[in-house]
Amino acid sequence: MKKLTRRKILGSGAALAGTVGAQKLVKGSRVFDSPDNFGANHPHLSSVTGEVNLDEFNPSTFLYEFDYGKVSKLPDGTTFREWEIISVDKEIEIAPGVFFPAWTYNGQVPGPTLRCTEGDQLRIRFKNGGSHPHTIHFHGVHEANMDGVFEIVHPGEEFVYEFSADPMGLHLYHCHTVPLKRHIHKGLYGAFIIDPKESRPQAREMIMVMNGFDTNFDNENEIYAVNTVAFHHQKHPIDVIQNELVRIYLINLLEFDLVNSLHIHGNFFNLFRTGTKLTPDEFTDTVMMCQGERHILELRFPYTGNFMFHAHQSEFAELGWMGLFNVKEHS
Amino acid sequence: MKAWMWGILPLGLMALLLFIFFSFGPLGVFQTNFPPVEELTIERAILPRANEIILHVTNGGPAPVTVAQVIVDDALWQFSMNKSETTISRLGTRRIVIPYPWVEGESHEITLLTATGLTFSHEIAVATTSPKPDWATLSTFTLLGVYAGVIPVLLGLLFYPFLRTLEKKWVNFFLCLTLGLLAFLMIDTLEEAFKTASKVAGAYQGLSLVSFGIAISWLGLSFLSNNNPTRCDKTTASGRSWIAFVIALGIGLHNLGEGLAIGSAYAIGEISLGAFLVVGFTLHNLTEGLGIVAPIAQDRPPLKHLVLYGAIAGVPTILGTWIGGFTYGPIWITLFFALGAGAIAQVLYEVSRVVSSSEGESWATRHNIGGFLSGLAIMYVTGILVVT
Repeated sequence: MKKLTRRKILGSGAALAGTVGAQKLVKGSRVFDSPDNFGANHPHLSSVTGEVNLDEFNPSTFLYEFDYGKVSKLPDGTTFREWEIISVDKEIEIAPGVFFPAWTYNGQVPGPTLRCTEGDQLRIRFKNGGSHPHTIHFHGVHEANMDGVFEIVHPGEEFVYEFSADPMGLHLYHCHTVPLKRHIHKGLYGAFIIDPKESRPQAREMIMVMNGFDTNFDNENEIYAVNTVAFHHQKHPIDVIQNELVRIYLINLLEFDLVNSLHIHGNFFNLFRTGTKLTPDEFTDTVMMCQGERHILELRFPYTGNFMFHAHQSEFAELGWMGLFNVKEHS
Repeated sequence: MKAWMWGILPLGLMALLLFIFFSFGPLGVFQTNFPPVEELTIERAILPRANEIILHVTNGGPAPVTVAQVIVDDALWQFSMNKSETTISRLGTRRIVIPYPWVEGESHEITLLTATGLTFSHEIAVATTSPKPDWATLSTFTLLGVYAGVIPVLLGLLFYPFLRTLEKKWVNFFLCLTLGLLAFLMIDTLEEAFKTASKVAGAYQGLSLVSFGIAISWLGLSFLSNNNPTRCDKTTASGRSWIAFVIALGIGLHNLGEGLAIGSAYAIGEISLGAFLVVGFTLHNLTEGLGIVAPIAQDRPPLKHLVLYGAIAGVPTILGTWIGGFTYGPIWITLFFALGAGAIAQVLYEVSRVVSSSEGESWATRHNIGGFLSGLAIMYVTGILVVT
């Protein structure tokens, strides 16, 4: 696969130099021009057999779903956001025909992507509809009794978390009941975005939660993915427009493996560590992340075509954590 | 009530009980929400050509199993099955074809991921193209069988004129040597039977299969030996000739199992057939021929009998390598090893009767014990040569 990409870069580089012949080389390569050649049956890609039922959970939809909550104003003018989250035991399909007995927030893994602005007042009503005790532990600055660690919510019980959104950045929430590994890897996690007061530049924004599933409970992951379904974006590439600003909210929620990573082909990106600053920390094409680490990535694709993105741990990539951007010309 | 009705009554009541059980339900007591225990046995991996791996899979568990995905060397890989239904019913089998670029001489691990997320793995120890049933392979296997089975047994038979010249106590020495090597073979065969039994799909109960196989050959040979007065009487030439025949038969069954094991190990790349190994088998099995002729040392059997015994003991090795090389079923290998062990056990008994009847008094003479231990020692030392 990398061979194709190198050829693509070479071809495009030559095209930049302005030679008509090189342009023809690119156009003449059917593989690069037609995204239909990618996906499940491409001979140079490892992949799954069959299709996942996307009616239950579609990573392509989840990618763009940001839940701003029920919004109202407090007397002092502060924005007040409310969410209701219920934990549910649910079997989810993580690869075609492979079902995982998950614990979920609102019936999905990852849970809903909660989004607010710095300084907002937040209220999350959590109801435990599952079979085990759970909590929601938010990353951020808040009071001790709002931390979701000691206030165990037993099945059938409720708890209300209330705090103000601080600091701005890309955070996460997850269950903090022991045993931690089991409660997290079974699916109780989600993204928590606090936007800066002065908003970030207009962009195509997407949420990517890197996760994995230990299907036989031997404390090793069998399936890896971004947003749960193995190889989903290899079969259903993410459409982006040439040169538009793309912003990726990237979170690592992998258990068992110490690190995870993201590498984007044929491109470099600005990296905003934990999203807590508005100036980039790094300009790179690969980022390594520990468990719970998260960053905001910004990039533009100068060339059209299919560009792979995946964990640079080849093992994770070939066990499902691999996808494609399909860069199209502006129409 | 007639007596025979008592024989029918329990069966009839049992049928009635089953009818009630399945018609009116077990009142929910036996219906649980436990996930079923899945069990898949990967019996064989074949590498027919580059970029292709074929798995033979049996569901030996209590419930149907759905193979959802295949992972090769930690990479999800596309696959196809010989049936479109990916759910394998109880005792059902499938062929799974995986277009994977395996590497000659290296090892690969294949994992089947079921719908419930359970995994079943199989290691290809050394990847190499599986033998096809063509002339080259067939003749390789045949030669292997000839070297490992036929030649040593026939060479062993050539001890016959030498044995004829011996005094009675030395004849007994060689009879006990035969006992020693048969005892060694029996333990060796049993070990092989248990080893392959562990690879048998659960529902087929490998261990029970071993005891069944042992009982069949042991009791079968006992029946044939003891219901015929001439065969029973070890003081006559025909009685001893029968013993030579059953020894040949027992060794033949053992060699069939050995051939199966060699052929299948070769086919799945677990052994490389070096010259050393083949020579090892030849030496190891040389004593088998000696064992066959020891009971008839004092007689004058026709040459064709000797050749027949040699063939019975040796030729099954060829058959074994063919079967083992081209098909693989741990069930059959287990069964043949068990049959071999049972036959050898019966042969041990028969040969020991020749020794005791010819001795009269104590069995435990220097010659007898020395012979028995020599038999064990020879098999042990030559066994070192055939460690695969």
